[in-house]
Amino acid sequence: MEFAELIKTPRADNVVLHRPFHPAVEGTLCLTGHHLIFSSRRRYHAEELWLLHSNIDSIDKRFVGSLGTIVIKCKDLRIIQLDIPGMEECLNIASSIEALSTLDSVTLMYPFFYRPMFEVLEDGWSSFLLEQEFELLSSVTNEWRLTCVNKEFSVCPSYPPVAIVPKGIDDEALRKVALFRHGGRFPVLSYYHKKNGMAMMRSSQPLTGTNGRRCKEDEKLVNATLRSGRRGFVIDTRPLAVAQQARAKGGGFEQEVHYPQWRRIHKHIERFNILQESFIKLVEACNDQSHNMDRWLSKLEASNWLTHIKELLTAACLAAQCIDREGASVLVHGSEGTDSTLQVTSLAQIILDPRCRTIRGFEALVVREWLQAGHPFQQRCAQSAYSNSKQKWEAPVFLLFLECVWQIHRQFPCSFEFNEKFLILLFEHTYASQFGTFLGNNENERAKLKLPQKTMSLWSWVNRPEELSRFHNPLYEPNSLVIWPSVAPQSLQLWEGVFLRWNRPSKFLEEAEEERINIIKYNKELQAKVNALRRQLAEMETDEE
Amino acid sequence: VSLPQVENVKLLDRYANRKAATGTLYLTATHLIYVDASAEVRKETWILHHHISSVEKLPLTTAGYPLLIHCKNFHVAHFVIGQERDCHDVFTSLLKLSQPVKPEELYAFSYNPKMSKESREMGWKLIDLKLDYQRMGIPNDHWEITDINKDYEVCSTYPPEIVVPRAATRAVVMGSSRFRSRGRIPVLSYLYKENNAALCRCSQPLAGFSARCLEDEQMLQAIREANPGCPFMYVVDTRPKLNAMANRAAGKGYENEDNYENIRFKFIGIENIHVMRSSLQKLLEVCEMKSPSMSDFLTGLESSGWLRHIKAVMDAGVFLAKAVREERASVLVHCSDGWDRTAQVCSLAGLLLDPFYRTFKGFMVLIEKEWIAMGHKFSHRCGHLDGDPREVSPVFTQFVECVWQLMQQFPCSFEFNERFLLEIHDHVYSCQFGNFLGTCHKEREELRIFEKTHSLWPFLLQRKQELRNPLYRGFTAYKELQPNTLPFSFQFWCGMYNRFDKGMQPRQCVLDRLLGCLSRKLTLEESASQLQNKLPFLDGPLPGEGRSSPKAGAAAAKAPTPPRDCGEGAAPALSNGLSPG
Repeated sequence: MEFAELIKTPRADNVVLHRPFHPAVEGTLCLTGHHLIFSSRRRYHAEELWLLHSNIDSIDKRFVGSLGTIVIKCKDLRIIQLDIPGMEECLNIASSIEALSTLDSVTLMYPFFYRPMFEVLEDGWSSFLLEQEFELLSSVTNEWRLTCVNKEFSVCPSYPPVAIVPKGIDDEALRKVALFRHGGRFPVLSYYHKKNGMAMMRSSQPLTGTNGRRCKEDEKLVNATLRSGRRGFVIDTRPLAVAQQARAKGGGFEQEVHYPQWRRIHKHIERFNILQESFIKLVEACNDQSHNMDRWLSKLEASNWLTHIKELLTAACLAAQCIDREGASVLVHGSEGTDSTLQVTSLAQIILDPRCRTIRGFEALVVREWLQAGHPFQQRCAQSAYSNSKQKWEAPVFLLFLECVWQIHRQFPCSFEFNEKFLILLFEHTYASQFGTFLGNNENERAKLKLPQKTMSLWSWVNRPEELSRFHNPLYEPNSLVIWPSVAPQSLQLWEGVFLRWNRPSKFLEEAEEERINIIKYNKELQAKVNALRRQLAEMETDEE
Repeated sequence: VSLPQVENVKLLDRYANRKAATGTLYLTATHLIYVDASAEVRKETWILHHHISSVEKLPLTTAGYPLLIHCKNFHVAHFVIGQERDCHDVFTSLLKLSQPVKPEELYAFSYNPKMSKESREMGWKLIDLKLDYQRMGIPNDHWEITDINKDYEVCSTYPPEIVVPRAATRAVVMGSSRFRSRGRIPVLSYLYKENNAALCRCSQPLAGFSARCLEDEQMLQAIREANPGCPFMYVVDTRPKLNAMANRAAGKGYENEDNYENIRFKFIGIENIHVMRSSLQKLLEVCEMKSPSMSDFLTGLESSGWLRHIKAVMDAGVFLAKAVREERASVLVHCSDGWDRTAQVCSLAGLLLDPFYRTFKGFMVLIEKEWIAMGHKFSHRCGHLDGDPREVSPVFTQFVECVWQLMQQFPCSFEFNERFLLEIHDHVYSCQFGNFLGTCHKEREELRIFEKTHSLWPFLLQRKQELRNPLYRGFTAYKELQPNTLPFSFQFWCGMYNRFDKGMQPRQCVLDRLLGCLSRKLTLEESASQLQNKLPFLDGPLPGEGRSSPKAGAAAAKAPTPPRDCGEGAAPALSNGLSPG
C-alpha cells in the first residue's frame, strides 16, 4: 500500500493552530505517511509541530461557512485545533488523518520506517537479556536455573524463550505445569530478595476446574521456593468470588488441601474495561473547565482512578511485606497473569529493590516484568482516553503502574535516579512511538515481526548520555533501604504531570525544577573543587617534605 | 494544677499499627509534656495548653482510660491513662488550663526569653506600617495619613492612624463613619503605584432599604477621584447576595448603585464565619477517619466544602488584583464588619500584586496591616479566652492556606517556605507573643502588650535559615501573580491538616535537602577560597564565578550559577536598621 493514496491534500496554507496556553499561530500544514506537520511561516520564532498519526486518538471536524475546523485529540492527552480554509481541503485532510491514524497492519507503523539521526552506542534490543539477569542471580544463589523449554514459544506463547525456575524442576515437569496453568504461564521467578533469600514468583491461574484438578509438578514447583517449615503466600489479584467463578470456565485457584504450606490472600485489582472507563472519566473531568469545586471533586471521585491507585499500591505493599517483613516467598497471579499480576510484582520490586529505582534498573524492570513477561502492549495501548471506537482490549494498565511509581517517587523524592519526565516519556512511547520497543503483544510476536532487526529500540536512544541527562533526578542519593509508601488517601495525588499537563501553564513549575538542579549542581561542583584543592595542597606538602 | 505528673501513660498512634508508646505525662503551667519511655531515644511530645481546643474522656478500654486531645494546630493526641482518678484529674486540669478567663493569664504575659528590655522594644518597632505607605508613595497628592482616629472617635476597632483621600474632609470622614457599621469607614489598604488604582476597605453601609448618607457618597467619590485614570470604581461586597439582602432588614446592607456616582457594584459570595467553622469541622472529621477509602476521603472532602471556600477566597483576591492591575480601577471592598472576609481578600490581593509582600518582611507587614491593625478579632476567632464558641472561625487559617496554594503554583516566588506559614499559624493560637492578642489596636493598648509582651517577628527572622525558600528567585523575578483558579489547581493541604501524622507526609524532605545544600554552600565557598589562597600559583575561578549577577535567573538553565541569596538586600529596606533579637 502506498501512503500517497491516502493523502488527497498533502498540504494546506493559512492554517491556524490553537493550543491551550499558547497564542494561535498561522502556518502551513503538511501530511506525510506518518506525520502531521505544522510550521508557522514566521521568520522569527518559527514554530514547528510534528505529530505522529499514531498518536492521534480521535478527530472531529466542523464547518462554519467554508472555514473548516478539526479538533485532534491525542493519545498523550493533548488536544489541538486546526482551522483550515476550504471545505474540500479540510475534508480531505480529516479523512486522511483518520485513515492514517488507524492503520491495521503493524508493519505499516512508523517504527518500520524511522531512520535514526543519532549514532547508536548500544543496541537497546540486547541491553536487557534475561541471561544477564540470571548471571547476577547466580552470584548470590544457586537455587535457580535458566530454562530454555520455551525456546520455540511452544510451551507458553506469551513467555520469552528463557525463564528462571527453581533448580530442582526439570523441563519435563515444566511442560506439565504449563498445561495446568492458564495460557501455559507456569510459575517463574520474578524477584529474588537478596536480603533474606525469599522469592517472588508470578504465573497465571491454575486450571483446577470444577472438579478440583491438581498437578503434582505444579505443587512441587511452588514448594521448591519455600524454606523448610516456612509458609508462602499466594496473592490472587481477583476477589474470592471471581476466583471461584473462574472454576466453571476451567480456571481456578490453589486449594488449601493441595497447597497446605501456602496461604492465599485475595486482593481485588480491577481490570480491562473498568480501568479504561475510569481513565476516560478522569480525562473528561480534567478537561472540563466549567466545573465548580464540588463538581470537580465529585467527578474525580466518580472516576475511581485514585481508588485503583490506592488498591494497587496496597497490593504491592502487601507482596513486599510478605517477602521483607514476614520472610515468606510469594506467588502472584490473577487470571491470565499479564496485567494486574505484573502491576503487583513490578511495584513490589520498586519498593524492595534499590536497583529498580535507578534509570538502568527501571528500564530493566520494564523490559523484564512487562515486555518479556508478555503484557499485551499493542492491545492495551491501541486507544487512549478519547477514542470513540468500541473498546476491545484497551486498558491503561501500564499507565497505572507508572502513576504508582510516581506516587512512590513523590513520597521518596530522593530515592529515584530518574525524574517525572522519564515516567511521562514511557507513557508517551507506549501509545505512540518512533521506536519498536512497545510494538507487539509478547516476545513471540516481536520475534515474528523481526522488530530487533527492523526497528530501533527506545533504549538505544534514551540511554545516550545527552538524552539521559534530561531524565536525571538532581535530588537522587542512592538509598539501599526498602521504601514503604503511605497509601492513605491524603498521601495520594492526581498525577498532574500527565492529566493536567496540557491544561495548565508549566512555566513556574519548570523554573522550580531548574532551581533545584542548579542548587544541587553548584553544591557538587563546589565540593569537587574543594576536594581537588585539598588534594593538590596535600601533594604539594608531600613534595616539600 | 492538681496533678503535675502521671506515670505509665500510653500514647496511641492513630494510623500506624505500631505498639503504643508508654511514658510519663507532665503538666506544667504552660505545656503538657509527654515523655516516651519505651523509645530507644528519648522522645518528647509538647502540647501548649493554649493550643488545646478540646479534651474528651472516651469510654473505658482494656488498656485504661482514654483521653483525646484536639489542638488548634490540628494535632490530635490520644492518651490512655491507667487510673480513672488520674485521668479525671488530668482532664479537669487541662480544661482549666486550656481556657483562660482573663487576658493576663495568657502565655505572652509570662513568656520571658532572655532578652534585654531594649531589644524587646526594638522588636515591636521592627514592622512600621508608615514605611509601607511610604513605599506606596503615600502621602501624595491624593492620599494622606491622618491621625483623625487617635482618640478612636471615628472607629474604635481601627488604628489611630489611617489613610484616607486628601479630598475627604473631617466632616466627610465623621459623616461616613456614622453610616458604616461600627464606624469602619473606607480607608486605603493598598495603592498600586503604577496606575494609581487603590484597594480600599470598610464595613457594610447602614443603608437599610432606602437610607443614604451624603458624606459617605462623597467619601466614595473622593476615592474614585483619587484615581483620575479611571472613570469608575468597583464596590465589592464579599458576601453572598442573599446574606447582604437579609442585612437590609436590620438597617444594614449594601450600596445602592443609584446613590453613588460611577460605581460598579459586585457581590462575591464568600460564606460567613459560621459556615467556615462547620466546614473546617467536617474537613477535620475527614482527616481523622480511620483508614478511609479513596472514595470516603474525596466524598468527605467535597461535602466539607473546604476547598470550595478556599477557591472562593482566592477567586475574590484574583478579582481585586485584576481590577486594579488590568482595569486600572480602584476597588472598595467590604463584607459585614469588614474584619474577616475583607481582611482575607485585601491581603491576598496585596500578595498577588506586590512581590514585597512575598518576602519575610513584607509578609509580616501584610499581616500587621490588614489583619492586626485593621482589627481582625484574633482573640475571638481563635478562641484565646473562654468565650462564645460561635465567634470562633478559621478565617486566618483560610488566608494562610490560600498563600500555600499560591506557593504550589509559584514555587520560586516566595522568600519563605511552608514552615514559615505553619509557624505563624501556630503562634496565632499560641498566645506566646503579643501580636495576636485582643481584637484591635485599642484593646492591645489597654492590655499594654507593647510594654508587657514580645513581638513574634524578630523571633521568626532569627530563624530565617530554616524558614526560607531555597527556590526563591528574588524580589524582581516575578511581579504580579496570576494564579490558575480552576478547581483542579487546588490541593488538599496534608502538611497542615494532617501535619502531625508523620506517616502521611513524604518520607524524604526536598526542602531539608535543599536547605542543607544552601548552608553547605557557604562553608564550601569559604574553604575553597581559603585553599585557593594557600595555592597562590593556581588560578581558575570557582565554578560559576563571575556569573553571579542577581539577574541570572533566565540564564540559570545552562551555566551553573551560584544560587542567589535573595535576602533582605533585594527587597526595599523596610527595616529601621534593627537587627532582630
